[in-house]
Amino acid sequence: MIGAEGASSSKKARISENPVSKNRPYFALVVDDDPMIRRIHSMILKSVGFKVEVAENGKEAVDLFRTGAKFHIVFIDMEMPVMDGIEATKAMRAMKVESKIVGVTSRNSETEREVFMQAGLDLCYTKPLTMAKIVPLLEELQKN
Amino acid sequence: MDVVSQLQKQFIDFSSSLYREGYVDDQFSQLHKLQDESSPDFVVEVASLFFDDAEKLINSMARALEQPCVDFKQVDSHVHQLKGSSSSIGALRVKNVCIAFRSFCDAQNREGCMRCLQQVSHEYTMLKSKLQTLFRMEQQILAAGGSVPLE
Repeated sequence: MIGAEGASSSKKARISENPVSKNRPYFALVVDDDPMIRRIHSMILKSVGFKVEVAENGKEAVDLFRTGAKFHIVFIDMEMPVMDGIEATKAMRAMKVESKIVGVTSRNSETEREVFMQAGLDLCYTKPLTMAKIVPLLEELQKN
Repeated sequence: MDVVSQLQKQFIDFSSSLYREGYVDDQFSQLHKLQDESSPDFVVEVASLFFDDAEKLINSMARALEQPCVDFKQVDSHVHQLKGSSSSIGALRVKNVCIAFRSFCDAQNREGCMRCLQQVSHEYTMLKSKLQTLFRMEQQILAAGGSVPLE
Protein backbone atom coordinates (compact mmCIF):
# COMPACT_ATOMS: atom_id res chain seq x y z
CA MET A 1 0.00 0.00 0.00
CA ILE A 2 1.76 3.17 -1.20
CA GLY A 3 0.58 6.70 -1.94
CA ALA A 4 -0.82 7.56 -5.37
CA GLU A 5 2.29 9.39 -6.55
CA GLY A 6 4.47 6.60 -5.18
CA ALA A 7 2.30 3.94 -6.81
CA SER A 8 2.46 5.38 -10.33
CA SER A 9 6.21 6.06 -10.24
CA SER A 10 6.85 2.66 -8.63
CA LYS A 11 4.72 0.87 -11.25
CA LYS A 12 6.38 2.86 -14.06
CA ALA A 13 9.76 1.82 -12.74
CA ARG A 14 8.65 -1.84 -12.64
CA ILE A 15 7.32 -1.75 -16.21
CA SER A 16 10.46 -0.13 -17.57
CA GLU A 17 12.57 -2.75 -15.73
CA ASN A 18 10.26 -5.50 -16.93
CA PRO A 19 12.26 -7.54 -19.41
CA VAL A 20 9.25 -9.22 -20.97
CA SER A 21 6.75 -6.33 -21.31
CA LYS A 22 8.10 -5.19 -24.65
CA ASN A 23 7.85 -8.68 -26.17
CA ARG A 24 5.22 -11.37 -26.40
CA PRO A 25 4.08 -12.58 -22.99
CA TYR A 26 5.81 -15.47 -21.27
CA PHE A 27 3.69 -18.07 -19.51
CA ALA A 28 4.59 -19.64 -16.19
CA LEU A 29 3.02 -22.46 -14.20
CA VAL A 30 3.38 -22.50 -10.40
CA VAL A 31 2.82 -25.91 -8.86
CA ASP A 32 2.58 -26.05 -5.06
CA ASP A 33 0.10 -27.43 -2.55
CA ASP A 34 0.64 -24.42 -0.25
CA PRO A 35 -1.76 -21.57 -1.18
CA MET A 36 0.59 -19.02 0.40
CA ILE A 37 3.50 -20.16 -1.78
CA ARG A 38 1.27 -20.15 -4.89
CA ARG A 39 0.26 -16.57 -4.07
CA ILE A 40 3.79 -15.33 -3.42
CA HIS A 41 5.41 -17.04 -6.37
CA SER A 42 2.59 -15.94 -8.71
CA MET A 43 3.00 -12.36 -7.55
CA ILE A 44 6.76 -12.38 -8.07
CA LEU A 45 6.34 -13.78 -11.58
CA LYS A 46 3.52 -11.38 -12.48
CA SER A 47 5.60 -8.45 -11.26
CA VAL A 48 8.09 -9.12 -14.05
CA GLY A 49 5.42 -9.66 -16.68
CA PHE A 50 4.67 -13.37 -16.71
CA LYS A 51 1.15 -14.63 -17.27
CA VAL A 52 0.76 -17.16 -14.45
CA GLU A 53 -1.35 -20.23 -13.91
CA VAL A 54 -1.30 -22.34 -10.77
CA ALA A 55 -1.74 -26.00 -9.93
CA GLU A 56 -2.18 -27.48 -6.45
CA ASN A 57 -0.31 -30.70 -7.10
CA GLY A 58 1.69 -32.61 -9.67
CA LYS A 59 -1.33 -34.34 -11.19
CA GLU A 60 -3.04 -31.00 -11.93
CA ALA A 61 0.15 -29.81 -13.60
CA VAL A 62 0.45 -32.92 -15.74
CA ASP A 63 -3.25 -32.70 -16.66
CA LEU A 64 -2.76 -29.12 -17.82
CA PHE A 65 -0.07 -30.25 -20.26
CA ARG A 66 -2.25 -33.19 -21.35
CA THR A 67 -5.02 -30.75 -22.31
CA GLY A 68 -2.57 -28.86 -24.53
CA ALA A 69 -1.57 -26.00 -22.23
CA LYS A 70 1.88 -24.64 -22.92
CA PHE A 71 4.19 -22.82 -20.57
CA HIS A 72 7.62 -21.37 -21.04
CA ILE A 73 8.57 -22.23 -17.48
CA VAL A 74 7.27 -24.38 -14.63
CA PHE A 75 8.09 -23.83 -10.96
CA ILE A 76 7.31 -27.02 -9.11
CA ASP A 77 7.44 -27.96 -5.43
CA MET A 78 8.97 -31.31 -4.51
CA GLU A 79 6.55 -32.46 -1.80
CA MET A 80 2.87 -32.41 -2.72
CA PRO A 81 -0.07 -34.74 -2.15
CA VAL A 82 -1.70 -36.76 -4.98
CA MET A 83 1.43 -36.51 -7.17
CA ASP A 84 4.71 -35.07 -5.94
CA GLY A 85 7.12 -32.92 -7.89
CA ILE A 86 9.46 -35.80 -8.72
CA GLU A 87 6.73 -37.94 -10.27
CA ALA A 88 5.15 -34.96 -12.02
CA THR A 89 8.48 -33.91 -13.53
CA LYS A 90 9.12 -37.44 -14.79
CA ALA A 91 5.63 -37.53 -16.30
CA MET A 92 6.05 -34.14 -18.00
CA ARG A 93 9.38 -35.14 -19.52
CA ALA A 94 7.91 -38.46 -20.66
CA MET A 95 5.24 -36.39 -22.46
CA LYS A 96 8.10 -34.50 -24.16
CA VAL A 97 7.28 -31.26 -22.36
CA GLU A 98 10.04 -28.87 -23.38
CA SER A 99 9.28 -26.13 -20.85
CA LYS A 100 12.05 -25.16 -18.51
CA ILE A 101 11.18 -26.95 -15.25
CA VAL A 102 12.55 -25.42 -12.06
CA GLY A 103 12.25 -27.35 -8.81
CA VAL A 104 11.51 -25.29 -5.71
CA THR A 105 11.99 -27.02 -2.39
CA SER A 106 12.57 -26.42 1.30
CA ARG A 107 14.65 -29.59 1.50
CA ASN A 108 18.36 -29.05 2.06
CA SER A 109 19.44 -32.66 1.62
CA GLU A 110 21.74 -32.96 -1.38
CA THR A 111 20.53 -36.53 -1.98
CA GLU A 112 16.88 -35.46 -2.15
CA ARG A 113 17.68 -32.54 -4.44
CA GLU A 114 19.73 -34.81 -6.70
CA VAL A 115 16.80 -37.23 -6.98
CA PHE A 116 14.58 -34.26 -7.90
CA MET A 117 17.10 -33.07 -10.51
CA GLN A 118 17.36 -36.57 -11.97
CA ALA A 119 13.59 -36.54 -12.58
CA GLY A 120 14.22 -34.01 -15.34
CA LEU A 121 14.57 -30.57 -13.78
CA ASP A 122 16.61 -27.87 -15.43
CA LEU A 123 17.55 -26.56 -12.03
CA CYS A 124 16.49 -26.59 -8.41
CA TYR A 125 16.09 -23.66 -6.04
CA THR A 126 15.55 -23.48 -2.30
CA LYS A 127 12.33 -21.73 -1.27
CA PRO A 128 11.40 -18.96 -1.34
CA LEU A 129 11.70 -17.75 -4.92
CA THR A 130 13.12 -14.25 -5.12
CA MET A 131 13.68 -11.68 -7.83
CA ALA A 132 17.37 -12.52 -7.77
CA LYS A 133 16.54 -16.11 -8.72
CA ILE A 134 13.92 -15.24 -11.34
CA VAL A 135 15.66 -12.49 -13.33
CA PRO A 136 18.48 -14.71 -14.71
CA LEU A 137 15.83 -17.23 -15.79
CA LEU A 138 13.97 -14.50 -17.68
CA GLU A 139 17.13 -13.36 -19.38
CA GLU A 140 17.83 -16.91 -20.48
CA LEU A 141 14.29 -17.29 -21.86
CA GLN A 142 14.69 -14.09 -23.83
CA LYS A 143 18.04 -15.17 -25.30
CA ASN A 144 16.42 -18.40 -26.48
CA MET B 1 3.12 17.55 13.49
CA ASP B 2 -0.20 16.80 11.79
CA VAL B 3 -2.12 13.58 12.42
CA VAL B 4 -0.98 11.84 9.22
CA SER B 5 2.69 12.65 9.86
CA GLN B 6 2.36 11.40 13.42
CA LEU B 7 0.75 8.15 12.28
CA GLN B 8 3.40 7.71 9.60
CA LYS B 9 6.21 8.23 12.12
CA GLN B 10 4.64 5.70 14.50
CA PHE B 11 4.33 3.25 11.62
CA ILE B 12 7.98 3.69 10.61
CA ASP B 13 9.16 3.26 14.20
CA PHE B 14 7.04 0.16 14.71
CA SER B 15 7.98 -1.37 11.38
CA SER B 16 11.69 -0.75 12.07
CA SER B 17 11.36 -2.45 15.43
CA LEU B 18 10.01 -5.61 13.78
CA TYR B 19 13.20 -5.90 11.73
CA ARG B 20 15.51 -4.80 14.54
CA GLU B 21 14.03 -7.30 16.98
CA GLY B 22 14.23 -10.09 14.44
CA TYR B 23 10.52 -10.76 14.04
CA VAL B 24 10.80 -10.34 10.29
CA ASP B 25 13.63 -10.30 7.79
CA ASP B 26 14.26 -8.98 4.29
CA GLN B 27 11.82 -11.48 2.76
CA PHE B 28 8.98 -9.56 4.45
CA SER B 29 10.29 -6.37 2.91
CA GLN B 30 10.42 -8.05 -0.50
CA LEU B 31 6.73 -8.98 -0.18
CA HIS B 32 5.87 -5.32 0.41
CA LYS B 33 7.75 -4.36 -2.73
CA LEU B 34 5.51 -6.70 -4.74
CA GLN B 35 2.34 -4.99 -3.51
CA ASP B 36 0.82 -2.44 -5.87
CA GLU B 37 -2.54 -0.87 -6.73
CA SER B 38 -3.64 -3.99 -8.61
CA SER B 39 -3.05 -6.07 -5.46
CA PRO B 40 -3.29 -3.54 -2.62
CA ASP B 41 -3.92 -6.18 0.05
CA PHE B 42 -1.28 -8.67 -1.08
CA VAL B 43 0.76 -8.61 2.14
CA VAL B 44 -2.35 -8.90 4.35
CA GLU B 45 -3.59 -11.81 2.20
CA VAL B 46 -0.26 -13.62 2.43
CA ALA B 47 -0.11 -13.00 6.19
CA SER B 48 -3.65 -14.43 6.59
CA LEU B 49 -2.65 -17.53 4.67
CA PHE B 50 0.43 -17.86 6.88
CA PHE B 51 -1.65 -17.49 10.06
CA ASP B 52 -4.06 -20.27 8.91
CA ASP B 53 -1.18 -22.51 7.91
CA ALA B 54 0.87 -21.93 11.06
CA GLU B 55 -2.03 -22.52 13.45
CA LYS B 56 -2.93 -25.81 11.78
CA LEU B 57 0.68 -26.94 11.85
CA ILE B 58 1.27 -25.99 15.49
CA ASN B 59 -1.93 -27.82 16.49
CA SER B 60 -0.80 -30.86 14.51
CA MET B 61 2.61 -30.79 16.21
CA ALA B 62 0.94 -30.61 19.63
CA ARG B 63 -1.35 -33.55 18.84
CA ALA B 64 1.55 -35.62 17.53
CA LEU B 65 3.63 -34.90 20.65
CA GLU B 66 0.75 -35.87 22.94
CA GLN B 67 0.67 -39.42 21.59
CA PRO B 68 1.94 -42.15 23.92
CA CYS B 69 4.32 -43.22 21.18
CA VAL B 70 5.49 -40.07 19.41
CA ASP B 71 5.99 -40.29 15.66
CA PHE B 72 8.96 -37.93 15.41
CA LYS B 73 8.98 -38.14 11.62
CA GLN B 74 5.47 -36.77 11.56
CA VAL B 75 6.37 -33.99 14.00
CA ASP B 76 9.41 -33.19 11.87
CA SER B 77 7.25 -33.05 8.76
CA HIS B 78 4.99 -30.42 10.38
CA VAL B 79 7.99 -28.44 11.62
CA HIS B 80 9.57 -28.61 8.19
CA GLN B 81 6.41 -27.19 6.63
CA LEU B 82 6.25 -24.39 9.17
CA LYS B 83 9.91 -23.62 8.53
CA GLY B 84 9.15 -23.33 4.82
CA SER B 85 6.12 -21.11 5.35
CA SER B 86 7.90 -18.87 7.81
CA SER B 87 10.86 -18.48 5.42
CA SER B 88 8.52 -17.51 2.64
CA ILE B 89 6.86 -14.73 4.60
CA GLY B 90 10.05 -13.62 6.34
CA ALA B 91 9.05 -14.74 9.84
CA LEU B 92 12.62 -14.99 11.09
CA ARG B 93 12.12 -15.87 14.76
CA VAL B 94 9.57 -18.55 13.95
CA LYS B 95 11.90 -19.98 11.32
CA ASN B 96 14.84 -20.07 13.72
CA VAL B 97 12.85 -21.96 16.36
CA CYS B 98 11.85 -24.45 13.66
CA ILE B 99 15.51 -25.07 12.88
CA ALA B 100 16.22 -25.95 16.52
CA PHE B 101 12.98 -27.94 16.72
CA ARG B 102 14.05 -30.17 13.82
CA SER B 103 17.27 -31.07 15.65
CA PHE B 104 15.23 -32.35 18.59
CA CYS B 105 12.99 -34.31 16.21
CA ASP B 106 16.07 -35.91 14.65
CA ALA B 107 17.32 -36.81 18.12
CA GLN B 108 13.83 -38.11 19.04
CA ASN B 109 14.03 -35.96 22.17
CA ARG B 110 10.44 -35.49 23.34
CA GLU B 111 11.25 -32.97 26.07
CA GLY B 112 13.30 -30.87 23.70
CA CYS B 113 10.46 -31.01 21.20
CA MET B 114 7.94 -29.93 23.83
CA ARG B 115 10.10 -26.95 24.75
CA CYS B 116 10.41 -26.00 21.10
CA LEU B 117 6.68 -26.37 20.62
CA GLN B 118 6.12 -23.88 23.44
CA GLN B 119 8.68 -21.56 21.95
CA VAL B 120 7.34 -21.72 18.40
CA SER B 121 3.82 -21.17 19.67
CA HIS B 122 4.99 -18.14 21.65
CA GLU B 123 6.95 -16.68 18.73
CA TYR B 124 4.05 -17.23 16.36
CA THR B 125 1.58 -15.56 18.75
CA MET B 126 3.89 -12.58 19.16
CA LEU B 127 4.42 -12.26 15.42
CA LYS B 128 0.72 -12.48 14.65
CA SER B 129 0.00 -9.74 17.18
CA LYS B 130 2.77 -7.52 15.81
CA LEU B 131 1.68 -7.95 12.20
CA GLN B 132 -1.95 -7.28 13.05
CA THR B 133 -0.83 -4.08 14.77
CA LEU B 134 1.22 -3.14 11.71
CA PHE B 135 -1.73 -3.70 9.38
CA ARG B 136 -4.00 -1.68 11.68
CA MET B 137 -1.52 1.18 11.58
CA GLU B 138 -1.52 1.06 7.79
CA GLN B 139 -5.31 1.27 7.77
CA GLN B 140 -5.23 4.23 10.17
CA ILE B 141 -2.85 6.12 7.89
CA LEU B 142 -5.00 5.46 4.85
CA ALA B 143 -8.19 6.40 6.73
CA ALA B 144 -6.54 9.69 7.70
CA GLY B 145 -5.87 10.39 4.02
CA GLY B 146 -2.17 9.63 4.06
CA SER B 147 0.02 7.13 2.26
CA VAL B 148 1.86 4.25 3.91
CA PRO B 149 5.61 4.94 3.98
CA LEU B 150 7.72 2.49 1.96
CA GLU B 151 9.98 0.26 4.07
